[in-house]
Amino acid sequence: MKVVFFKELADQLNSTRYLILLILMLSVSLLICNTVSMNIAEALGRGTKIQFLFLKLFTVSGSFFSLKQFIAFFGPLLGIVMGFDAINREFRGRTLSKVLCQPIYRDDIINGKFLAGLATLTITLISLILLISGLGMASIGVVPTLEEIARLFIYLVFSVAYIGLWLGIAILFSIVFRSVGTSALASISLWIFVAFFVSFAANVVADIAVPRGGMQDAYYILKRQAITDVVSRLSPVTLYNEAALTILDPGQKSTRSVMLLGPMESVSMSRFKNPLPLHQSLVVVAPHLTMLFAMTFFCFGISYVVFMRQEIRAV
Amino acid sequence: METVIETTGLTKFYHEIKAVEDLTLSIRKGEVYGFLGPNGAGKSTTILMLLGLTEPTAGRASVLGLDPSRSGREIKKSVGCMPENVGFYDDMTGRENLKYIARLNDIPEQMANIRIETLLETVNLSESADRLAGEYSRGMRQRLGIAEVMVKDPQLVILDEPTLGLDPEGIGSMLEFIKKLSTERGITILLCSHLLQQVQTICDRVGILDQGRLVAEGRIEDLAGGYLRGEEGQLSLEEVYLRHFKGKEA
Repeated sequence: MKVVFFKELADQLNSTRYLILLILMLSVSLLICNTVSMNIAEALGRGTKIQFLFLKLFTVSGSFFSLKQFIAFFGPLLGIVMGFDAINREFRGRTLSKVLCQPIYRDDIINGKFLAGLATLTITLISLILLISGLGMASIGVVPTLEEIARLFIYLVFSVAYIGLWLGIAILFSIVFRSVGTSALASISLWIFVAFFVSFAANVVADIAVPRGGMQDAYYILKRQAITDVVSRLSPVTLYNEAALTILDPGQKSTRSVMLLGPMESVSMSRFKNPLPLHQSLVVVAPHLTMLFAMTFFCFGISYVVFMRQEIRAV
Repeated sequence: METVIETTGLTKFYHEIKAVEDLTLSIRKGEVYGFLGPNGAGKSTTILMLLGLTEPTAGRASVLGLDPSRSGREIKKSVGCMPENVGFYDDMTGRENLKYIARLNDIPEQMANIRIETLLETVNLSESADRLAGEYSRGMRQRLGIAEVMVKDPQLVILDEPTLGLDPEGIGSMLEFIKKLSTERGITILLCSHLLQQVQTICDRVGILDQGRLVAEGRIEDLAGGYLRGEEGQLSLEEVYLRHFKGKEA
């Protein structure tokens, strides 16, 4: 498997499309980083006190969006680009049957490919985060605290899982569809659906379950919100966004958008805006992270089974 | 004499479609066995079963004394197989392709390098070894395929349509090379082809497969003789072959 892994890794890192994506990601990140750090520096100049200043580099949106949103949006594309032709390219090039004639286990091929993809995107994300951190340090002159580093590390780990999920989906499609074009389109349309249309779908489902009109009391609003949340959390994009927000912004105390608060609670919420400690942030998003990892493994598991059972007849 | 490939009642169905039926073969060490038959006769399916890449529906096979469905990996260590229309990684050079195959076979780097140089020399690709495989001509690809098969220093070589798409000269040198493998190195060769005329010149024995069944088997002279049934003269294999199929149509 090591042999397949290193060959695939070399292929990924040498490929033109990876280079294009990398340049694109790096330049956009630099742009965002630049505007964000200017905004922050300006705010600091006005004497505003900001907690967890360093993390703001990733969460504050510049002119368009924040780095966190950028990775959430663009990460899937990276995963898809790395995986959509993993198996069917070999099938088309008639190299699959040849490689299977060599004394290796069949799963070495798919494991090697998946791990090489994961390694590539880990390398990419690490370099991206380090680059931004470095630039941020230089431009706003703030060194990250230990907790901020820990939060960034956790963020990195589940970002890899999130993009790995898309890699897994792309590899699955590359096994199921013989045509490279079909698998690319299938992965991309799934990504678009999940990224943009799930919130519409969630609203529709909520409308059906709790019809509009009538009494708009708290109970009604909460119930509606709960249904929307459940449906939209079927989408890995929502899961990832909520998790990233909570981990990178210690002020975020819940992933819920609507909450019922008693008068005392609301007073204390507005008076004491203390950040959550790291482990409490983790507790808030633990279900999200579990779901994300589960989805990733589940997706790869399906690809694995399908690949192992597939007849390798030459067409 | 030692048998290298032995099958008894080997059968494979893809869903309802019969690919190979009740195939009983026995190939001895050191011989060149021509596995002949029209397209879709079940030759490639048989190869897949011999290498443990697909499970037989019924029957048993044994390659180098091992059961392919259990010890496919062991078998593939000492069996070289060139699939029909073999493909290469087009963005890698010929030499890199060979090196990758050597690595997949766990051959130590140094030994692999020596072997690869010798092989490139043998198949006449030394000069083009550092060009991308994607730029190779059909004949060069086929020769590179042979080199890939030989990298692992196999005891048995399975070639699926090695002469397909080659020019006459290429066919000649390819067949000569295959013959050399058998006479000089004592490698057993299973040669699958539908181009009878070409193949019959180098085969010790042939088996003719049609619609998944072995319809004739033996030495070429004997086969021709058997079909002759007293008629005068010698028949070429092609005539034997055509007679078989004509007879069935009638």
